[in-house]
Amino acid sequence: MTFLPTPHGMNRRHFLSHLAGSSAMAVSALSLTSNLTAHAATLKRNHKSCILLWMGGGPPTIDIWDMKPGAATGGNFRPIGTTGEGQITELLPKVAQQMHHLSIVRSMSTREADHERGRYYMHTGFVPNPNVEHPSYGSVIAHELKTDLHELEIPPFVSIGGASEGPGFLGMAYAPFQVSSNGQIRDAKAYTSAARMSDRMKLLGLLEKRFERENRGPAATEHAKVLGNTVTLLNSAQMGAFKVQSEPENMRDAYGDTGFGRGCLMARRLVEVGVPFVEVNMGGWDLHQNCFDGEQQKLPEVDQAMSTLVADLQSRGLLEDTVILWMGEFGRTPRINENAGRDHWARSWSVVIGGGGITGGKVVGGTNEDGTRVITEPYSSEDLMSTVCQAMGIGLNKNFAAGNGRPMKIAGGGKVIGELFV
Amino acid sequence: MVQRGRTTSAQRFLGLQLCGWQWRGRRLGFRMWVGRLVLSSLCLAGGWLLAGCACSARDAEDPSTSASAGAGLAATAPSGQGSAGSSPATKSSASGTSAFSAKDEAVIAMIDQRLRVAWEQNNLRPARAATDAEWCRRVFLDLLGRVPTVSELDAFRSDKSRSKRRAWVDRLLGSEYADDFSKHWTTVWTNILIGRTGGRQGRSLVNRSAMEKYLEQSLREDKPFDRLASELITAEGSADPLGENFNGAVNFLVEKLGDGGVQATAKTAEIFLGTAVQCTQCHNHPFNEYRQNQFWEMSAFFRQARVERIPHPERENRQIGQIVNRDFAGEGRTLYRDDRSEIFLEVRNGKFFDRDAARQTEAPIYYELRNGQMQVAYPVFVDGTALAHTLADRGSEYGNSGYLEHVDRRQELAQYLVAAREFDRALVNRMWARFFGHGFTKPVHDMGPHNPPSHPELLDKLGLEFRASGFRVRDVLRWIVLTEAYALSSKISRGNRKDDPALGVPPQFSRFYVRQMEAEQVYESLLVATQADATVSAERQGQTRERWLRQFSTAFGTDDGGEATTFNGSIPQTLMMMNGELTRLACSTGSGSFLDKVATSADLSSREKIKYLYWAAVAREPIAEEINICNELLASRDGDVVETLQDIWWAILNSNEFILIH
Repeated sequence: MTFLPTPHGMNRRHFLSHLAGSSAMAVSALSLTSNLTAHAATLKRNHKSCILLWMGGGPPTIDIWDMKPGAATGGNFRPIGTTGEGQITELLPKVAQQMHHLSIVRSMSTREADHERGRYYMHTGFVPNPNVEHPSYGSVIAHELKTDLHELEIPPFVSIGGASEGPGFLGMAYAPFQVSSNGQIRDAKAYTSAARMSDRMKLLGLLEKRFERENRGPAATEHAKVLGNTVTLLNSAQMGAFKVQSEPENMRDAYGDTGFGRGCLMARRLVEVGVPFVEVNMGGWDLHQNCFDGEQQKLPEVDQAMSTLVADLQSRGLLEDTVILWMGEFGRTPRINENAGRDHWARSWSVVIGGGGITGGKVVGGTNEDGTRVITEPYSSEDLMSTVCQAMGIGLNKNFAAGNGRPMKIAGGGKVIGELFV
Repeated sequence: MVQRGRTTSAQRFLGLQLCGWQWRGRRLGFRMWVGRLVLSSLCLAGGWLLAGCACSARDAEDPSTSASAGAGLAATAPSGQGSAGSSPATKSSASGTSAFSAKDEAVIAMIDQRLRVAWEQNNLRPARAATDAEWCRRVFLDLLGRVPTVSELDAFRSDKSRSKRRAWVDRLLGSEYADDFSKHWTTVWTNILIGRTGGRQGRSLVNRSAMEKYLEQSLREDKPFDRLASELITAEGSADPLGENFNGAVNFLVEKLGDGGVQATAKTAEIFLGTAVQCTQCHNHPFNEYRQNQFWEMSAFFRQARVERIPHPERENRQIGQIVNRDFAGEGRTLYRDDRSEIFLEVRNGKFFDRDAARQTEAPIYYELRNGQMQVAYPVFVDGTALAHTLADRGSEYGNSGYLEHVDRRQELAQYLVAAREFDRALVNRMWARFFGHGFTKPVHDMGPHNPPSHPELLDKLGLEFRASGFRVRDVLRWIVLTEAYALSSKISRGNRKDDPALGVPPQFSRFYVRQMEAEQVYESLLVATQADATVSAERQGQTRERWLRQFSTAFGTDDGGEATTFNGSIPQTLMMMNGELTRLACSTGSGSFLDKVATSADLSSREKIKYLYWAAVAREPIAEEINICNELLASRDGDVVETLQDIWWAILNSNEFILIH
């Protein structure tokens, strides 16, 4: 007998009743799970979601979304037409057919060209600061939408196949839940019976609470919250959303039998269940050497998965409620180096965004003839994050009380990219 | 390899088919490759493993001889240890470490005094003192990387000597605990030097266990830190024991010398100088004083170091990396000689220029400013001292020369490095952060005027004391754990509530900040508490530990070696603690297992058995309510003691109280 989710939720109910009645000191976080009615596999959606396609290492956007054919910096590939404005690389023919749903922002201009700093900046809308850790996209969105999420039993911020960035001052209860794209959640099977597990949880609840009450700071409290979230997750029928293997074969084939493909498929399943923020990681873009060989390998994988994701969300009626954002920590140098590679470049690069009510098919901004400079209004991480928040209906004027009571604006007070809403 | 770019007429004339020159974002290179070996290699950190996992200091404990669980708490000498009684005569000696001295007392008093002044200035009232058991658990975790055993706790708590903390710190730093100590700090330094993923990825030249073995030996002999740093920076030889001229220290740099030594430069500055220069490779630092030229001038010190790959003698398709020093003629002056795959002919204005004949010695490198201008760099230390200036009295050609007969640039760098004040402050700051959860700066590797320390004078003074001690890291550890601040309770009280670095204020250390154990500490603690691996060979123990640790780390696969861990208090960690193999092992009830021994111990009542578990994991007595629940469990199991103990043990191990250092 396992402790794990059953479709009818009986074990869980049994388990929770133990928890609730066990002790007046039962850990408060665990009582989150007393909402017994919510075990439907699919929820009524009253919020939007966002899927971030994270291109770790910094993708060469000059070869993909903002091509410069004929320029010395132009690279090896040819542009092709799309169903939207503008042309993109010939290596993304399927994505080209979906571009009426997606817009390209060609005027990203940032200053962080170091991986760690760039990853932080693009995920949080803030440059790294020794005094405060800022929450990343997923944490902010999970926090802001939490009143809409009480039926959600799996974590509101899932990062597939990579680490994403942390919850910062919002605390570990808003941390990304990192999972592998194969759909296997490690150690999700209890090795004792539900009854024994429930006995154990009774004592554990007391231990947690006792220690919390000793007033030893957030580490103790956050532990109790994460424990509560873990128990909720383990007992939820929604866990099924991670099981990409249960999709029909033709659907799995459509996304592609790759890590990124399975990740995108899982993202769609998670969004269906109501997860508001999913990051799908695709690494390996740090192409200092043999950039074009690398792209030839990687872009077909992107093409398959990304085009299918857009089409699939559209056909399920989910695209209107799901923002898709494709980006990395920066772009890559227009100049091609001696190793036929491109190096880090933040001054002029592109991202792609669409869905969730954001206007598709547009090209926003532009760069000069060799791609080294943005010649229109430059946009920052703050602006991009504000745009995503706007699309998701998250108020930008809200101040977080970051540490010390210091007010801190969501998305660093960036300005919404207006062209994406007309 | 796709060689894009324009081929010069000179190159065509030379007829070297692999040559090409292209612009590079960061620096200019006319690099020519001749006979460059294929990069791929699989070098799994296997082979041999850290010896000495089973330590005398944690011999299997028989719960019935230990007193904590019983009501009486009579001091029973733990097996395998010297008397834990009052004045410990067991001052360490074997590894050359010194015992507590008047000098130590003065340094500790200095720290206490400076922190107290800051508390007053900030209107803070320090937390009350931690209990003996709290302090003991803390100090074992921080110095040895594991919780104390029940008998160690008993011995410490029943020690009535007024100076028992000093005496115990001497013991933990001395020969008696040398195995635990060096194993723990080997882990710490391995993670600092090559990251948690170094040598754990398939295609790696790093031999992690060779790095560990080198560090373990160094820690055992209490090698002064300046020597350790110099050895790591100047290391030559093979990274793998199967290669010629094996030198485990090579593993620090063996994967950092590519791309003009960018990572060697960045990590050396970060680890040994506490300065973050990673982003100055491309531009002047956005908000600190470091400038781009400093990065490249520092990287110039690494240019004589080459990584060469040789076929692995035992495994097909694998390679062994070795660092060798080679003459360096300067960037864009690629050298060729048959025996070293280099050209000593330089192309100038389309003509050959024979550098050997001309005996031209200076070896410049080039980098590019953001505006596209090219700049030249020679070895200059970050404080602005040019090697040419330092070596001026030897002759004008020495300092900028790349010839080994003139100068070994890495040796010179090591000398500059250990002489720099940043060197001592960086180590002190890093160690302080390990013990208090917060350093004097955050992060510890980004010090400088742009990031002022919380206690500048204290940091400076401690750095000087560390230098004066002959760079003995054990002395720094001794000072830190014997401070008043380290012995404060972690319970927040009204007088120190506002001292919360998580809120963005500089830490004042007026209470002990709770922090989570690292994965390795959890692992060792579970093993020491349960002796789960007592019957397994050292080799198997090492393999099991290695496999367990790997599950948490992911590398970003970027050129800066970035990585992340899921052992960070998030759900995957909780799942592992609830259902993972380590917990299952620690909770096993088979014959001879820890729980079996406790359960069948004839001398302990059920209540005492429960208490024993509490002491083993969280170093305290269970409260009445906990005893009640445990008794209920026992009753519902029809008195099946071992099953009940298993449930209790599982619950304790999964608690915040267990995994946090408090």
